[in-house]
Amino acid sequence: MSDITKQSLTELVENIKNKKLSSTDVTKAFIQRSEKSSELNAYITDDFTSALDKAKKFDQNPNLDLKLPGIPMAVKDLFCTKNVKTTAGSKILNNFVPTYESTVTENIWNEGAILMGKLNCDEFAMGSSNETSHFGNVQNPIDKNLVPGGSSGGSASAVAGQLTPITIGTDTGGSIRQPASFTGIVGLKPTYGSCSRYGIVAFASSLDQAGPMAQNVKDCALLQEVISTYDPKDSTSINLKRNHYSKELTKNIKGKKIGIPKEYRVDGMPKEIEDLWQKGIQYAKDCGAETIDISLPHTSYALPTYYIVAPAEASSNLARYDGVKYGYRAKGENLIDMYEKTRSEGFGAEVQRRIMIGTYVLSSGYYDAYYLKAQKVRKLIKNDFDEAYKKVDAILTPSTPSSAFKIGEKTNDPVSMYLNDIFTVPVNLAGLPGISIPAGHDTKGYPLGLQIIGRAFDEQNILNIAFAMEEKIDFKNKITDWWIK
Amino acid sequence: MSIDLKTIKHISKLSRISVDEKRAEKLADDLNSIFEFIEKLNELKTDDVKPLTSIAETTLKFRSDEIKSKNIREQIIKNSPEDNEDYFVVPKVIE
Repeated sequence: MSDITKQSLTELVENIKNKKLSSTDVTKAFIQRSEKSSELNAYITDDFTSALDKAKKFDQNPNLDLKLPGIPMAVKDLFCTKNVKTTAGSKILNNFVPTYESTVTENIWNEGAILMGKLNCDEFAMGSSNETSHFGNVQNPIDKNLVPGGSSGGSASAVAGQLTPITIGTDTGGSIRQPASFTGIVGLKPTYGSCSRYGIVAFASSLDQAGPMAQNVKDCALLQEVISTYDPKDSTSINLKRNHYSKELTKNIKGKKIGIPKEYRVDGMPKEIEDLWQKGIQYAKDCGAETIDISLPHTSYALPTYYIVAPAEASSNLARYDGVKYGYRAKGENLIDMYEKTRSEGFGAEVQRRIMIGTYVLSSGYYDAYYLKAQKVRKLIKNDFDEAYKKVDAILTPSTPSSAFKIGEKTNDPVSMYLNDIFTVPVNLAGLPGISIPAGHDTKGYPLGLQIIGRAFDEQNILNIAFAMEEKIDFKNKITDWWIK
Repeated sequence: MSIDLKTIKHISKLSRISVDEKRAEKLADDLNSIFEFIEKLNELKTDDVKPLTSIAETTLKFRSDEIKSKNIREQIIKNSPEDNEDYFVVPKVIE
């Protein structure tokens, strides 16, 4: 079968279960395509040799009852993988080889999947274009010199470019949904507490969540089912019974009430985004849902709140990188000098900027004015959603205020880069689940996404709405393989 | 509000990140534009709002203080930047 890499995860699982394909066939196909795709720069580290060995071993005694039997998968390089280098896209972790496995990846391997390699991302997941990675920017398979979005840019590029059948990313302010939207794929940011944060390189602990990035909604539901488990090793993991998301997936969303928040109609938003949104509203209605105008009055305060809360938590989390126990170490005249040089040489510009912001807002005399204020506004933002969910079952918005931009276009202006996350950040601040589905193209032919936001732990509902709308939208990603010589 | 070079130097000290003059100027510019954007929060009156401290609104669970991983010294030391069988090595702290 020459078109193995074009198959969805669901098809591959079926073909392996029916013995039409072996894990070796599938793994070989994705490795070959990954090897021909070095120009995308989607991988930081590959583990191809070991992946092929594992596939052969799987085929000798295949357990076909597993959910991901012998499926090869590359993952974002923010997940600690035992004995495989994990860099978080940073020079400071350039040589870090974890001696333990993250819970989310452990769950995936336990269901039979095979690690193919580690995917590029913005340094410590801080970025919206994958340009802050120490290992270079990633190309968007949609067009040359186009960013894939970030921070899970390598993950998005690898799924859209068919280098991996599916993957996982992490989302602190939009890092799954924005790149999914930029590359024409599906990305789910689960409810805070749904997927364990154990073994994920920490950025902002009250916002970080892992989630699936897939070619379609059904694949996404299947992986969410695998990764979402209660984990005592993460103190914020929530012990609730999870749905069998893929089994319970239905296109019947008749009578569902979907809110349309007027505050997401922001100044300067391109007409094509507004048009896409209107089309989305019509699709939802065509599926039998009812749309209702709602208000989320504090929406415009979400981004400023995020740029206090996230850097504050990051400055605290990243204090551990001191050159003592692991990672990069610079030579210093004394201990303090060693710390300062290690962190100055080991962190890139954006990470240093955010550590500085975080340190400042937490410093003596400024805590109340910034951090406490932000925590209060965060409460107001969450209250907005709580109010809205008294009237509606889900909320529909655009995923991003624009389509993908060119590499280098926004690197000199941090604030314009931050504005990319204007529609995704409120969801993280409120701890809710949100899914981005591809819904159309702009005039340049670049993909655009719509976001469906749900109540906490109502992933099944937003997956169902996405599943129903996906059929109506009938999106086709325009991948020309331009990077393959 | 404006963040001057003196403040940048102070934050850099607190952050344990050494910054030269040129970087300090760039950082001051960046931070000023970011804080200008953050100042928007002052439009809101929040005196009576309780801060959100836990998103999941659950109380953190206690766990019993049991040792679950034994004999992992080698694993812990494995990634240390300077080799030593038993300890992490740092520059001399006490003369």
